Amino acid sequence: MPHRHSRLREAFTAALLALEDDVHRLGRAAGEAIHRAVDAFRRRDVADAEAVVAGDSLIDAMRLTIEQRAVELLATQQPVAGDLRWLASVLVIATDLERLADHGEAIARATRRVPATLPATVALLGQMEALVQGMLDQTLEAWRRRDAERALTVVPLEETVDALRAQVFQELIAQPGAPPLAMDLVLEHLIVAQHLERAADHITNVAERVIYIATGELRELNP
Amino acid sequence: MGQALDLKPRPEVAHRRLPPTEPVLRIEDLRVCYGARPAVQGVTLDIPARRVTAIIGPSGCGKSTLIRSLNRMNDLIPGARVEGRVWFHGQDIYAPEVDPTAVRMRIGMVFQKPNPFPKSIYENVAFGLRLHRRLSRRELDERVERALRQAALWDEVADVLHTASGLALSGGQQQRLCIARALAVEPEVLLMDEPCSALDPAATARIEDLIRQLCQEYTIIIVTHNMQQAARISDVTAFMLGGMLVETGPTADLFTHPQDPRTEDYISGRFG
Repeated sequence: MPHRHSRLREAFTAALLALEDDVHRLGRAAGEAIHRAVDAFRRRDVADAEAVVAGDSLIDAMRLTIEQRAVELLATQQPVAGDLRWLASVLVIATDLERLADHGEAIARATRRVPATLPATVALLGQMEALVQGMLDQTLEAWRRRDAERALTVVPLEETVDALRAQVFQELIAQPGAPPLAMDLVLEHLIVAQHLERAADHITNVAERVIYIATGELRELNP
Repeated sequence: MGQALDLKPRPEVAHRRLPPTEPVLRIEDLRVCYGARPAVQGVTLDIPARRVTAIIGPSGCGKSTLIRSLNRMNDLIPGARVEGRVWFHGQDIYAPEVDPTAVRMRIGMVFQKPNPFPKSIYENVAFGLRLHRRLSRRELDERVERALRQAALWDEVADVLHTASGLALSGGQQQRLCIARALAVEPEVLLMDEPCSALDPAATARIEDLIRQLCQEYTIIIVTHNMQQAARISDVTAFMLGGMLVETGPTADLFTHPQDPRTEDYISGRFG
């Protein structure tokens, strides 16, 4: 139950529910940016990548609107307890989700520069991206339900993302006997892996806020 | 990361995390009835010394009855019956040998509506002193000045102490005069029943500042309907419902993650 309904404070509850939808939309838009960016990288589709870059300003604007509405509700409704934890967390979550989209934009920019793609590495990047999407789905659902248990399910997923990033690094750097790869090729693939790892970190931050909303406990899931 | 930050308490919120102190009052299974109607139904609560304890709850929850039981003000209400114990420094204030007037000297009270007497400012403050003690004129003057300074009113009234009536003061000044009157007899505990409900925001802010200053020397228990006020000024908050204590704890905890859903509903305005 995201927000307790009662016959009192109906307008405030409605405003919280509308804001919850806004945050959900922001999360979905950020996930979409990551997905389209990785897909464009895989296909070296510069036009698609440019669309991701162009779309980022819309995501920035969504975040600013959410922040403004949250601050207005803090100022005018003086929330406490669960409402306070929820609204204070919205400020943090919106920032993390916007950063998530920024990593999509950065991956799109790498697509402009990469001279070719390495199928084996791109496959690993695809796995990383699928895990990131899984983390995002779980986290957004946990956030809607105020479900700390569900939020905790991102922890093993994030560890797998980290392990895959290490694997990408090994594939690109340490292949004894093989002819060295061009530096820009290596670098751009590594950059994508790095941004996917950071994307997973931001989702974990959101999951931490969900746990705070649900339990009042502030804890670091990724120490 | 944490070590890089200065984690010392910030002055403006320092009182939120003051260490606990020994209780000065221990309320034990207190029950109060008005005739057949139970108003307080078995409240057990410790009141820490030199801290502000806020009692919150909806109208009729028994919070005013509870606070009035702490200095035997309910004795004055016909039909009121009090059971249980209120320990003040190890003495049950309801024990037969205890003189209620002596209790009220040590545990003073400030009411919702400022109630100065139609006398000079000086006489308002000296009133209780004259009733209970024989003091020289000089001693009396000193005690009046000290009480008015403690109530942050001295600078505003020093020139008109004997000429202006207590009733000529503004609402906020009248309430500070009543606080000075309560402080003049040098109590240890100050009970405040909605002391700001008749005041504007500026006068309220002055009283709230004053409460924070006074709790360095006095134990304060305040009943308030204003949740933000309880959150701003108290160290400990107790939430009452239907004559019972639902939850009590450090104010910062109670207002960020209350343990009982009834507390959550009440403080977030979803009660009822």
